Amino acid sequence: MTTLDTLKTLCAAPGVAGEEFPAAEAAARLLREVSDAVEIDAFGNVTAALPGEDGAPVILLDAHIDQIGLIVTHIEENGFLRAASCGGIDRRLMLGQEVRILGRKPLSGVVAAKPPHLSTEEEREKVPEITDLAIDTGFSAETLRELVRPGDRITLCGEFSELQNGCVSSPSLDDRAGAAAILHALRLLKGKKLPYTVCALFSAQEETGGPGAAVSAFRAKPDEAIAVDVSFARSEGVPDRFPRLGDGAMIGIAPILNRGMFDELLALAKERGIPHTIEAMGGSTGTNADGIAPAAGGVRTGLLSIPQRYMHTPVEAVRLSDVEAVGELIAAYILRDMAEGEEE
Amino acid sequence: MNLIETLEALCRLPGVSGNESEVASFLLSQIEEIDGCEARVDPLGSVIVRKKGKRTPSRKLLLDAHMDEVGLMVNGIAEDGSLHFTTVGGIDPRVLAGRQVLVGEEELPGVIGAKPIHLQTAAERGKAVPVRDLRIDIGCSSKEEAAELVRPGDTVTFPAVFSPFGEGMFRGKAIDDRFGCAVLLDILKEDLPCDCTFCFSVQEETGGYGAAAAAFSEQPDFAVAVEATSAGDLPGVSGPQAACSLGKGAVLSFMDKGTLYPGRLYRLCEEVAARGNIPVQPKTAIAGRNDAAPYQRAAGGAQVLAVSAPCRYIHSPQCVIAEADMLAVRSLLLALIDEFDKKDGNL
Repeated sequence: MTTLDTLKTLCAAPGVAGEEFPAAEAAARLLREVSDAVEIDAFGNVTAALPGEDGAPVILLDAHIDQIGLIVTHIEENGFLRAASCGGIDRRLMLGQEVRILGRKPLSGVVAAKPPHLSTEEEREKVPEITDLAIDTGFSAETLRELVRPGDRITLCGEFSELQNGCVSSPSLDDRAGAAAILHALRLLKGKKLPYTVCALFSAQEETGGPGAAVSAFRAKPDEAIAVDVSFARSEGVPDRFPRLGDGAMIGIAPILNRGMFDELLALAKERGIPHTIEAMGGSTGTNADGIAPAAGGVRTGLLSIPQRYMHTPVEAVRLSDVEAVGELIAAYILRDMAEGEEE
Repeated sequence: MNLIETLEALCRLPGVSGNESEVASFLLSQIEEIDGCEARVDPLGSVIVRKKGKRTPSRKLLLDAHMDEVGLMVNGIAEDGSLHFTTVGGIDPRVLAGRQVLVGEEELPGVIGAKPIHLQTAAERGKAVPVRDLRIDIGCSSKEEAAELVRPGDTVTFPAVFSPFGEGMFRGKAIDDRFGCAVLLDILKEDLPCDCTFCFSVQEETGGYGAAAAAFSEQPDFAVAVEATSAGDLPGVSGPQAACSLGKGAVLSFMDKGTLYPGRLYRLCEEVAARGNIPVQPKTAIAGRNDAAPYQRAAGGAQVLAVSAPCRYIHSPQCVIAEADMLAVRSLLLALIDEFDKKDGNL
């Protein structure tokens, strides 16, 4: 399966933080093509193992499977829904936004916006708080109470679209792009003799604080871990210290990240001609690496990121070549001490 | 095609002001099938249809719906290959960021991005982004590359959507005013008691130029703008501020930002509706304008009316309309034509 098809499959399944099961199931189906040991736990974390030689160290490869969304808080008497953020929602993008309410059956909704003819200049410069927004489903409160309950999740809609130069855009590419990179690595590793037991983890609830990765890392007790997430790519309003789409894998360095792994990842990228840039962060990384590194007594952890434009919008954009560069670098890292062409 | 199928077909077509030809072609292909219609396309692109009725009244009645929709236009290419754009028609800039768009005749997929929330300052988070700070991204990495695919002047539309919504409603792009076009096309198919003229006009959203030209060429005595009008029946909007509400019938305007409607005609319209048990509601906010304004002031001046269907989220990538209101508008227009015939054009 191509990276493009992998992304289309992963992005088509919803998985708002705390309700990851549809996305987790979709990811598990893809993982079963490369692993015989795929599991989904009660959190919605998906794990898959590729066994190494007896006594081989364990390396954990993490990408989060959840996406940002909303959570229903209340049904108004006039049938409009009220909701709160589930993850970091940009309220500037919400007016007129098409949403999908994942209740007893999925419903289409529109975030109500007062039309320009009826609003003042001053009103049009302000953006309402998420909790002040009303979602229109076209149903009466009576019908809606049968279909939707507080706690149901809501996704922001947007079609998967292919742009120029192998760029793609879709909601939830944060972090389905990371999952696709890991799947790319696993496909490269499949059938090879492995010096590590590779444990792939597609973790739940990163967008709301990262408990999924923390508990999975505790259970897996890995010797090393590589977290894969998206990071910022240059675009209008984003500082030019960030890379462009197409600049390759972003190799992270931060106090929480292991410097030895960083050095090795960087040297390998150079040696193999894998496009890359360095992402330096002064504190925590804002990714699952922060939760994995201290888990179960401490894990040597690296971070690889895919440059992404418009993070946390319904039009997140990545370039396929960057997703594959991250996958190639992961595979190269795992196989770095093996002689060429060693097969099982 | 029934009314809803016609509306869906129309909503799925692109037709930003100044580029209405696909809508015009569709309408012409439908009108060709109808007996007693004489259609022409005027120099601006409006489709003007004279429909023969059972008799020819002493005066002339024209029904107008506009074919164009709001959209965007590329007005420059940035060094990084992203596109600068301007709005065509009144779009709230707050509905633009985070949307997918289709650029130019080739309909290249693009997205209007936004600075990630993680990199925004606290002040930025609560402020609408002005259009001048937004860009369309089509995935090009340089100005040269983008210039091979896009030119300033290319229009930009939102992807076509149309689907049932909730109970008795529909959600779609460009319901303003493909709804009016669909209703007029439906009325053209009827055996009318008297001759009527129909104008499917261009460029309403950018100033009503299509209607202005048609008003001169057709010189109607009476003109009815058939529109989708802003419904503000939302939480947090109270009383007359809402303007009108979905499901409460056809909307009659006594005044808006473009027109003072003749009181006699407005009241006659209410009477005709009451006689026919057709639900109507007044537009309770003095807001917006439509093609009634150019008809009122062009040539010798027409007596004008605006009959609308209430529509939520107008001028955004998707509008919501109720089927019952569409049918009320249709019934009211047919009743008005009957009244016009009975009075031999002396409304």
